[in-house]
Amino acid sequence: MKRIYIFKRFERFWHWSQAALIITMLVTGFEVHGSYDLLGFKTAVTTHTTAAWTLVWLWIFAIFWHFTTGEWKQYIPTTDKVKAMVLYYLTGIFTNAPHPFKQTRLSKHNPLQKLAYLFVLAVINPLIWITGWFYLFYNDWAAWGIDFLNLEYVAFFHVIAAFMMLIFLIVHIYLATAGHTPTAHIKAMITGWEETED
Amino acid sequence: MNIPVKKIYRALFLIGCFLASNVNANVAATKSVPAAAVPATTAAVVVDGGEARKNTSTADHSKFKELKKNFKSGPEVTKACLTCHTEAAKQVHNTKHWTWEFLNPATQQKLGKKNIVNNFCTSVTSNQTFCSACHVGYGWSDDSFDFTSENNVDCVVCHDTTGKYKKIPSLSGHPNYDVMEWPPHSGKFREPTDLKTIAQKVGKTSRASCGACHFYGGGGDAVKHGDLDSSLKQPQKYLDVHMDAKGLDFSCGKCHLSDSHEVTGSRYAPTAVDDNGALIRGNKEGRNPTTCVACHGNAPHPPGMDAVEKLNSHTDKIACQTCHIPAYARGKKATKMTWDWSTAGKLDEKGQRIRTRGSDGNVIYDSKKGDFTYERYVIPEYVWFNGEVKFTLFGDKVDTSEVVKINDFQGSAGDPDSRIWPVKTFRGKQPYDVGNETLAVFHTAGEDEAAFWGNYDWDKAMEWGMKATGVEYSGEMTFVETEMSWPITHMVAPKEDALECHQCHKENGRLQNIGGVYMPGTNNTPIIDFLGFAAALMALIGVLIHGGIRYYMSKRG
Repeated sequence: MKRIYIFKRFERFWHWSQAALIITMLVTGFEVHGSYDLLGFKTAVTTHTTAAWTLVWLWIFAIFWHFTTGEWKQYIPTTDKVKAMVLYYLTGIFTNAPHPFKQTRLSKHNPLQKLAYLFVLAVINPLIWITGWFYLFYNDWAAWGIDFLNLEYVAFFHVIAAFMMLIFLIVHIYLATAGHTPTAHIKAMITGWEETED
Repeated sequence: MNIPVKKIYRALFLIGCFLASNVNANVAATKSVPAAAVPATTAAVVVDGGEARKNTSTADHSKFKELKKNFKSGPEVTKACLTCHTEAAKQVHNTKHWTWEFLNPATQQKLGKKNIVNNFCTSVTSNQTFCSACHVGYGWSDDSFDFTSENNVDCVVCHDTTGKYKKIPSLSGHPNYDVMEWPPHSGKFREPTDLKTIAQKVGKTSRASCGACHFYGGGGDAVKHGDLDSSLKQPQKYLDVHMDAKGLDFSCGKCHLSDSHEVTGSRYAPTAVDDNGALIRGNKEGRNPTTCVACHGNAPHPPGMDAVEKLNSHTDKIACQTCHIPAYARGKKATKMTWDWSTAGKLDEKGQRIRTRGSDGNVIYDSKKGDFTYERYVIPEYVWFNGEVKFTLFGDKVDTSEVVKINDFQGSAGDPDSRIWPVKTFRGKQPYDVGNETLAVFHTAGEDEAAFWGNYDWDKAMEWGMKATGVEYSGEMTFVETEMSWPITHMVAPKEDALECHQCHKENGRLQNIGGVYMPGTNNTPIIDFLGFAAALMALIGVLIHGGIRYYMSKRG
């Protein structure tokens, strides 16, 4: 067993606060959409909006951090070992086969993870942010000269993106248990230290 | 989830409201029985001087020698008024209150009480002796009335402060000058009107003086508008936050600013939207001062309030009244909701008039008028409205296969000048001249052989009424279904009682029929929910199976 320091303090803060905000926004967002009645519409809307603005701030810091530290490179996708990873999740993981990917400080995400996060970054987030931004500034559309937009379609794509985020969250939480022990990854995300096999 | 402290408070509040409303209902029920014993049709115009408003006038009219005499008639009083107020009658002559006419500048339709047909008593024509109890004049009994006469202007009906001045229907706008049995056959007698005292105590208009007519539209207290009734003489705050007798205590004129006797704020050409902010005094743009915006501006919710920006931005779609008047007829009186003339004229076995009262004391059947229904705490209907109202006027051909809209509020979701407005929609069945293909004018009130009230003969009443409009009755009549709407704009509730977001933003919420606008919270794309949650569920099942296999394999070693 070897311990390596993978997740730095800001990164961990970013991860967990973002997780809390996203879960909050999923819960309140589906209520705003009308899927259920939980907090009350008004509370749902105000909470959702506040969480959105908080996330904007968090992202400003996160983007700054990623560029100043060079950590953004962690998200550059690779096709190397993707097949091996898929096979591992389909078979090897059940038989205690060795993990095909070796985690290091310079490469902390496995190839499937990289693809998944890139999908979140390049597809889900833009969709959710662009539609969310228009949604938030609905009352300014006329002033901006974009009142040809239709809130129904904006809301539609916002909700689609929300469902993609929900599915990502489910799979992400599950795969967090797929370390060499079920809690290894989670501990690493809390302490920063990952235990890996040599 | 939060500990629902707010919900507990809300529940307690609702229980409180429920108890309070029951108390109110009981009080109203016990009070309304004797009040309803006065037939609606004989609800005379009386100014109730219930308001103890401080008199700030610089003139004590009781000291004027012109008023120290025993007036024999209303016009004599007016003549005395005009000795000082030389231009007053001329000013009144220019107003709708006098002409009962209004030319809608947008539609060029000739409106006004004199011209329109409504679905209550339907029309003034041929019934002036009765209807002119609400005219600011004396002697309008038929088309020969002299609209240029200054002495025939009734100053007192608006400026009385005593509550003793009462214009009696059937006297063509006059109060009684002799002892008179009123209501008819009631065995009660009214003393001659004390014009001297009334003239000496004239003052500014008040809720009571305006309300003497406007609370009783449609033939009785609360009947027509629903947001105007006698409970507004001395309202509590819950009923109207501005008119609250112990609070802001607004008179009608506070909003309905008047100049030269011209009163602002018209239902014929209402201001549905005003984006120009608060109306600063001296402003020369000719804007209507009788709007919420005129005082509150376009961002009325104060900074620091919950969701303040979202509330303020709603003003681009929603009239203030939509949220701030959660229901109408919230006072002591129920408002009439339907009137079916087609059942009028049934008599009992002795050939006498029948009147039946409902459990709340209101007349639900009257041989003179037909069937009625009433409601209290009525949730308005909502429409897109841009301020233009198109009327179906006498002589307009109507399609009887569908409900005839006597007035039609124009506007749509796509129109930037439209807002969602609350309205009272009154529904009825009323006479229709088949041959002339028009809503009928018929003769209701009068001591003659044709008036429907007394003779119960539709053909005679129709013949007489149509003739008064210059049209010959075709001889064939039927009843058509009609509806007519009024914007709801009075009985503004305190802010605590304004609508909550979720009352519209939910499935089957208040605005479910409004159309043309996407409303979050109404879940109007359920297919997306189904597909989305199904996909999420499958993901969950997938990972659980995967995890289950992992667990099983690890146990097996």
